[in-house]
Amino acid sequence: MGKLPDESLPLTIETQNLGAGYGAGEVIHNVNLKVCAERVTAIIGPSGCGKSTLIRCFNRMHEVHPAATYSGRIMLEGQNIFAMDPVYLRRRVGMVFQRPNPFPTMTIFQNISAGLTLNGERNKSKIAKAVEISLQRAALWEEVKDKLHQPAVALSGGQQQRLCIARALTVEPRTLLLDEPCSALDPIATAHIEELIVDLKKELTIVIVTHNMQQAARISDFTGFMLLGDMVEFGKTDKIFTNPDDTRTQDYITGRFG
Amino acid sequence: MFILTGTCTLFSLLVLFYILGYITVKGMGAISIQFLTNLPAPLGEKGGGIANAIVGSMKLVGAALLLAVPIGVLGAVYLAEYGNNRVGFWIRYSSDLLNGIPSIVVGIFAYSILVLPMRHFSAISGAVALAIIMIPFVLRNAEEFIRLVPRDVREGALALGIPQWKVILRVVLPSASRGILTGVVLGVSRVAGETAPLLFTAFGNRFWDDGWMNPIATLPTAIFTYAISPYPDWHEQAWAAAFVLLAVVLFGNILARTLLQSKHEGASH
Repeated sequence: MGKLPDESLPLTIETQNLGAGYGAGEVIHNVNLKVCAERVTAIIGPSGCGKSTLIRCFNRMHEVHPAATYSGRIMLEGQNIFAMDPVYLRRRVGMVFQRPNPFPTMTIFQNISAGLTLNGERNKSKIAKAVEISLQRAALWEEVKDKLHQPAVALSGGQQQRLCIARALTVEPRTLLLDEPCSALDPIATAHIEELIVDLKKELTIVIVTHNMQQAARISDFTGFMLLGDMVEFGKTDKIFTNPDDTRTQDYITGRFG
Repeated sequence: MFILTGTCTLFSLLVLFYILGYITVKGMGAISIQFLTNLPAPLGEKGGGIANAIVGSMKLVGAALLLAVPIGVLGAVYLAEYGNNRVGFWIRYSSDLLNGIPSIVVGIFAYSILVLPMRHFSAISGAVALAIIMIPFVLRNAEEFIRLVPRDVREGALALGIPQWKVILRVVLPSASRGILTGVVLGVSRVAGETAPLLFTAFGNRFWDDGWMNPIATLPTAIFTYAISPYPDWHEQAWAAAFVLLAVVLFGNILARTLLQSKHEGASH
């Protein structure tokens, strides 16, 4: 575990003996992971194995919980993220959550532009342009361009999730963390999001947590398998799914547990 | 058991409608445009109104709002966002105690810290007394509604690299605003009827008030003065003023319920 899957690719995120938990309990232990730039890295594993906790460390959302603890280091493009202001870190590392979470009092336009307007951007034409670009990148522009000023909560679940992706893209992060983004969506909406992820990796580094193994196999380049807080195995997706080194990985992907 | 519980329910409803009906019947008679827009008539003359008391009540409640809403809402933000600790527990506990303090005690308190040093009754001391009654009410109610804003929404905003204070101000508070407003409206209709703390602070006045530092007329004190007087036409005016006050408070309650109702409808689609 922990080996760089392909020595020629530049790294975006690297964890060094990362541990994290709440209070006295540790949820993930000693994780060494290397996330390659402009690739999709999937984290799979049964519920409660710590995969969400792991990616919430990457943008320091983990510490939103008052009892959160860390050990070890996380490097983002060579810089220690614990030495950064979390507010700036989160503009470089965006996040999309399990359930679509549009801001309930805002319109579609206000939701997409929130990352700019709430950080002081006043230039209206710049904001309007950024909104259009983000919506196009999230493949939502055609569906909502005529109702930008309607409430965002009126959209369908799948559209809301793409809205959340667009909202995250507006602050132009170079890395996007997706925490089970399709778990609340139907298969058609899921297919939309998956297409979008494959498209986005041309310009973004993507880390996706999923408990859907077929999804990991379809869209990711690298896969990490976690069990009880340990990174059991990490490598190229086709290797993990066809010829894993660890018997626990083998058992999980063949459906013997989890 | 059905008969017993049913009778009790019926009894409480009867009391409510008896009060509403009695005050309406007794009060309606003396209500007129002139009653609502004129000053009280000099003793012995017919007619006269309660315009100064209506305006005075609006001024006092308005000033109490200006004092209580910022303190209550910002305190609620503290309790909801940072108050899951011992300090938060004690603030909640003392705020609930304050909510239960008889309003006449609040009046004595305002009397001793404002009226005595100033050496005369004043509108401002009445506003402070009403604000003290409103603060715990607004605080606890607003806290509940701020807590109801889903964690997902806060996290979504934080994950965009928005500083926490801005997340609270621009995302969390707007999401809770309708609930907070409902609490404020209920708080207003509660203090609008408070009489005891005004008797020795705002005191009452038969004329237009002379600034915040002087006594001011209010609906509850006007009702009180008229009701304990020995003159039948003043009694009639007390009923009419009670009817006006009742209408204001009922309107506030209905407005609050409507606000909350449309919130639920808004969330369902």
